[in-house]
Amino acid sequence: MAVTKTRESAPSYSSSFLLGMYQRMVLIRRFEEQAAESFTKGMLAGNIHLCIGQEASCVGACTALESRDFMTSTHRGHGHCLARGARPDRTMAELFGKATGYCGGKGGSMHIVDVSLGILGANGIVGAGIPIATGSGLVSSIQGTDEVTLCFFGDAASNQGTFHESINMAAAWNLPVIYFCENNQYGVSVPIRSVMNTDTVAERAKAYNIPGITIDGNDPIAVYETVRQAVDRARKGEGPTLIEALTYRHMGHYMGDNAWYRPESYMEEATERDCLANFRARLLGEGISEADITAAEQAAKKEIEEAYVFADESPYPDISAVTEDMYSQMNDRCVAR
Amino acid sequence: MSKMSVSAAIREGMREEMQRDERVIQVGEDLGVMGSPFAITKGFLEEFGPNRVIETPISEGSFTGMAVGAAMRGIRPVVELMYNDFISVALDPVMNQAAKLRYMTGGQVTIPMVIRAPMGAGRRNAGQHSACLEALFTHIPGLKVVCPSSAADAKALIKASIRDNDPVIFLEHKLLYAKKEEVPDEEIVLPLGQANVLREGTDITILTWSRQVYFVQEAAEKLAAEGISCEVIDLRTLVPLDWDTIKASVEKTHNLLVVEEGVKRGGIGAELTAQVIEELYDELDSPVGRVAGLNICSPFSPPLEDVNFPQVADSIAAVKRQLNR
Repeated sequence: MAVTKTRESAPSYSSSFLLGMYQRMVLIRRFEEQAAESFTKGMLAGNIHLCIGQEASCVGACTALESRDFMTSTHRGHGHCLARGARPDRTMAELFGKATGYCGGKGGSMHIVDVSLGILGANGIVGAGIPIATGSGLVSSIQGTDEVTLCFFGDAASNQGTFHESINMAAAWNLPVIYFCENNQYGVSVPIRSVMNTDTVAERAKAYNIPGITIDGNDPIAVYETVRQAVDRARKGEGPTLIEALTYRHMGHYMGDNAWYRPESYMEEATERDCLANFRARLLGEGISEADITAAEQAAKKEIEEAYVFADESPYPDISAVTEDMYSQMNDRCVAR
Repeated sequence: MSKMSVSAAIREGMREEMQRDERVIQVGEDLGVMGSPFAITKGFLEEFGPNRVIETPISEGSFTGMAVGAAMRGIRPVVELMYNDFISVALDPVMNQAAKLRYMTGGQVTIPMVIRAPMGAGRRNAGQHSACLEALFTHIPGLKVVCPSSAADAKALIKASIRDNDPVIFLEHKLLYAKKEEVPDEEIVLPLGQANVLREGTDITILTWSRQVYFVQEAAEKLAAEGISCEVIDLRTLVPLDWDTIKASVEKTHNLLVVEEGVKRGGIGAELTAQVIEELYDELDSPVGRVAGLNICSPFSPPLEDVNFPQVADSIAAVKRQLNR
């Protein structure tokens, strides 16, 4: 696949910065592996969409944000929220449908949200987060503040009408939004190349007269630097950017889908370009010790083990919660059976 | 009191709220120079500027979704859909986002937005610009549904809707816009969920809202001349529903008729009938009656359109049939 490198020179990063990114990527992978195991054991209801393989794009993009910024996530959103700083224990508890989950068990896997972190929803409707992120950008624009909004979506969402309508408005009004497409090349079972007539998603940016950049989404530093540039542009009032991060979805669309419809070469490539293994090797190359890397891995592993225990031992919501939160002001008849 | 049209009353209500609270913004098509096709936002661009009067491209799905995102950020958007029929291209942000996000996030967010939409037949706009879609919206938990009939109520209810912290669908009947009525000069913010007993009576309760309020009042007047006493209740808001007022009236008259302009099948009348039968069956002296639109697409040709939505004579006939008079 064609990849446009945007880095002209390689700035150096501190060991703690690189290790911090790595640890968060490991945290996401361990989280997803724990979720998969719990699902297989029958501990989770419903469906879970795992982002194993996409950790670099989650962490690289979120690392470019400041705490005052906003973001929207997707149905494959565990990694986005963890990358943004969501607590693994409350995230896991939401997957378990427990009262201690971020949404009190009312959202589940597809809807992990911690609004205090500027997360304006994960979404079960493909492409529905794109206008919401645009609305957040509109608010920053009309209030004259300098927050930016990072909008995650997948390659398949770029074929939704919301993609065109929203980016058109953001471009026309110069809104501070970073449209960040994680292109894992499949919408459920359909290869993106079979349902679009361009080589990349990013080149659609031409239609809106905004920058469109395709990058290696398996390289967290490339993702970080590209998003950072887009964030800087947006903060300066120079408008939105469309970024396409090429990546791989190691698992099927959701647990239970073994992705038999993909050629074997997909996973061969994905394994070769696995963001975690390659970033680990890079850290060693940068002179970070094996001991430090192992310590980061152990810390992430421990956090997920604790998150699992927390989720497993947490209570289910009280039945009385079933009609709560539907309205902020109401009478009994609003929610009565 | 001053005399003003329903459209002017909505405009004044919104203007007062925009003056009172700078978080209130307008979002929709042709809201700027034109002041919206029904002149509801006339003068707003000059008074409040382009940062608060967001004139959008024809992208209903995404500008409605954009308003949801803005509401999550603490802004209070008032979205205008040019006709309520256009909800067909903007339903996801209403049904799956605005209505559900508070619940799905465990109460972490509120969506304080209003979606205003003209509705209704009688203007010869044919099938894609004439529906009454209250029933569609009341079926979606999380939404509130407001359908004012008078100018005074329209002003007081748009103000309450803008101040409400939940998403409100505010349906304005197109053929009421030009109606001029007395509107109190003092500020009134009418709580959502309060019906209005417009006419007291003893023989039968008639529940209605929006434009049919006028048809039903005329029917009640004519029926009074024949010795039939109708209690006419303007529900004003369908969610929240003012059950106490309905219950008290049915317990008094023991007969109930629901009159609505929208399609009969799955309509508000069906829902109200079911609720009354479930809870007040022993109070009823006759089966609950319904007067509603035919189960068809709104026709263009005037004689066909007039047959479709209920006329005064339809309500008169229904009352007489129900009371065996």
